[in-house]
Amino acid sequence: MAGTKKPKLAVWKFASCDGCQLTLLDCEDELLAITEAIEIAYFPEATRNVVEGPYDLSLVEGSITTEHDAQRIHEIRRNSKFLITIGACATTGGIQALRNLQNVDDFVRIVYAHPEYISTLETSTAISQHVKVDFELRGCPINKEQLLEVINAYLNKRKPNVSSHSVCMECKLRGTVCVMVTKKAPCLGPITHAGCKALCPAYNRGCFGCFGAKETPNVASISKWYAHLGVEQSEISRILNTFNAYPDCESKEEECER
Amino acid sequence: MKGKKKTIKVDYLARVEGEGALHIEVQDNKLQDVKLKIFEPPRFFEAFLRGRSYSEAPDITARICGICPVAYQMSAVHAMEQILEVKVEGSLRDLRRLLYCGEWIESHVLHIYMLHAPDFLGYQDAISMAKEYPEEVKRGLRLKKVGNEILKVLGGREIHPINVRVGGFYKVPTKRELEPLAEELKWARDAALQTVEWAAQLPIPDFQQNYEFVALRHKDEYPFNEGRLVSSQGLDIDIAHFNDHFVEQHVAYSNALHCIHKERGAYLVGPLARYSLNFATLPQEIQQVALQNNLQKTCCNPFQSIIVRGIEVLYACEEALRIISEYEPPQPMMDFKVQAGVGHGCTEAPRGICYHRYEIDDEGMIRDARIVPPTSQNQKMIEEDLRHFVAQYIDLPEKELTWRCEQAVRNYDPCISCATHFLKLHIKRS
Repeated sequence: MAGTKKPKLAVWKFASCDGCQLTLLDCEDELLAITEAIEIAYFPEATRNVVEGPYDLSLVEGSITTEHDAQRIHEIRRNSKFLITIGACATTGGIQALRNLQNVDDFVRIVYAHPEYISTLETSTAISQHVKVDFELRGCPINKEQLLEVINAYLNKRKPNVSSHSVCMECKLRGTVCVMVTKKAPCLGPITHAGCKALCPAYNRGCFGCFGAKETPNVASISKWYAHLGVEQSEISRILNTFNAYPDCESKEEECER
Repeated sequence: MKGKKKTIKVDYLARVEGEGALHIEVQDNKLQDVKLKIFEPPRFFEAFLRGRSYSEAPDITARICGICPVAYQMSAVHAMEQILEVKVEGSLRDLRRLLYCGEWIESHVLHIYMLHAPDFLGYQDAISMAKEYPEEVKRGLRLKKVGNEILKVLGGREIHPINVRVGGFYKVPTKRELEPLAEELKWARDAALQTVEWAAQLPIPDFQQNYEFVALRHKDEYPFNEGRLVSSQGLDIDIAHFNDHFVEQHVAYSNALHCIHKERGAYLVGPLARYSLNFATLPQEIQQVALQNNLQKTCCNPFQSIIVRGIEVLYACEEALRIISEYEPPQPMMDFKVQAGVGHGCTEAPRGICYHRYEIDDEGMIRDARIVPPTSQNQKMIEEDLRHFVAQYIDLPEKELTWRCEQAVRNYDPCISCATHFLKLHIKRS
């Protein structure tokens, strides 16, 4: 491979906690090997150095919450051959998307000590609502092995091998006894995207949805099961709206009815 | 005639957590203005915590910071436990200290080796530093991993652990599950000692500040979770009185509130403050290590924070080993009844005190939340440091002075993501 130029990696941040990009630095055993294969061209959390774009692979953390950021993501897209979102904020809007649920009409005014100093949008939105995204990694935070898999797949020009089944399946694979059946704990496992290896049930608690909704989640059905367990409606609504908002079940209630 | 004007601008501070910029203006070799600008967008945690359950606070507030989630979880559970009149003691309390040890190791080592050391040695980052310092960088990575392993075993995962709950844990580890950590921690203790020695011989700029240090102080242990809030100017209060002495200000150029002492203004939290106010509670061998490695009992040079972090990593390794060797698995959680009230939690995040205050109703729903992270407390002091630093080193070539100023900011290991999420959202209803 002598003389071959290494592909350029850029890591971008929007509204977030920095945890997903930290996952890259948490690859303690692999980090130096990664930098052998790919050039860290832009990653302010780790380096002062800035290599000009265009970038071969851009990892994007965080959600869009300001007008400035809504513009900036377009520049990044134009400057990136391959763009992957990392984590719940970038992929679904994240916990700060809780603001989206508040009815602004209910507020006569939102006042800070000096509101004129602040510029923010009324919503927190996923990157894919603004630009084309080539691949999405879910999780709050993302899973380290999945991040390595995605980078590896990119370097080897193949599709990332990231399962799209539910956390419920991961429990079965792990051999964890169902917490919803045995402990009557409301668990989002049946409708949540895999990726954490069913961590919470292994620690005696229900899944709280770090990886967000899987494809075609049956929200109406699980809400009904929660109600059977004696969970109140207000709590069900909180469970479904924390780190990732799950699709509203109201409109599809009838067809979901079992 | 107009004099010579010089502006030091760093549009995007590197090797800090979050988005910040630096703006310094010098006219005729005299400093005019210093601003640490935080443009990280606000996320309004205090607003959306309202109406959530007390039991959700540890998992929700963890998301404020991916680097120090344990600090938020700990401050949140302590505040709630104060309201619910639960006392977490014995080995359950020890497990919480162990979790904090993991976070201190992981966060401090990340800063020492990957964010701070490259400044002293003139590298852009740890990756390029690794070419000439491979052993040191590898040691740093392995040491950081030891901290992360503690978080993984006890918390479920490194970032945003899932095992902490009000009243205790969801699941406690067996003795056997903790044993492999002890093996690696014995190596880590030696590596931490080497880290202190290595940090002590770095070229550290000559610079002293007259700080008011603020930290927790506990009568017989180096503080993590509990203690009175004390300062080097004689403050000695229960954490419940935080608001009587400190106030947050909103300035135009920053999305993070500046927290100051009501009478005395800027103050410092974090490793320097903790160390200087709690030297006496460090084990004697660690005190000796400190004194043999260019530290005094009080440390007023912020550039030496890299050595102090090393001392705290060493302490965290020792403390983790003690906890593991004495460990007997407890019941995972204490019983309590939900009741209304107001509670305060203040714990020592790697970057300094993290203060939470919650008001909950009789169903356990949060009515009001207030969170003061360490970096919003240090912001004002960072600016004061820069003011004095630039005055002292004004003759340095511009490029070097800029880099040195960045380094002076990085002394604080500022976590801008944390600091920014606390703009108060006041909602006025008609």
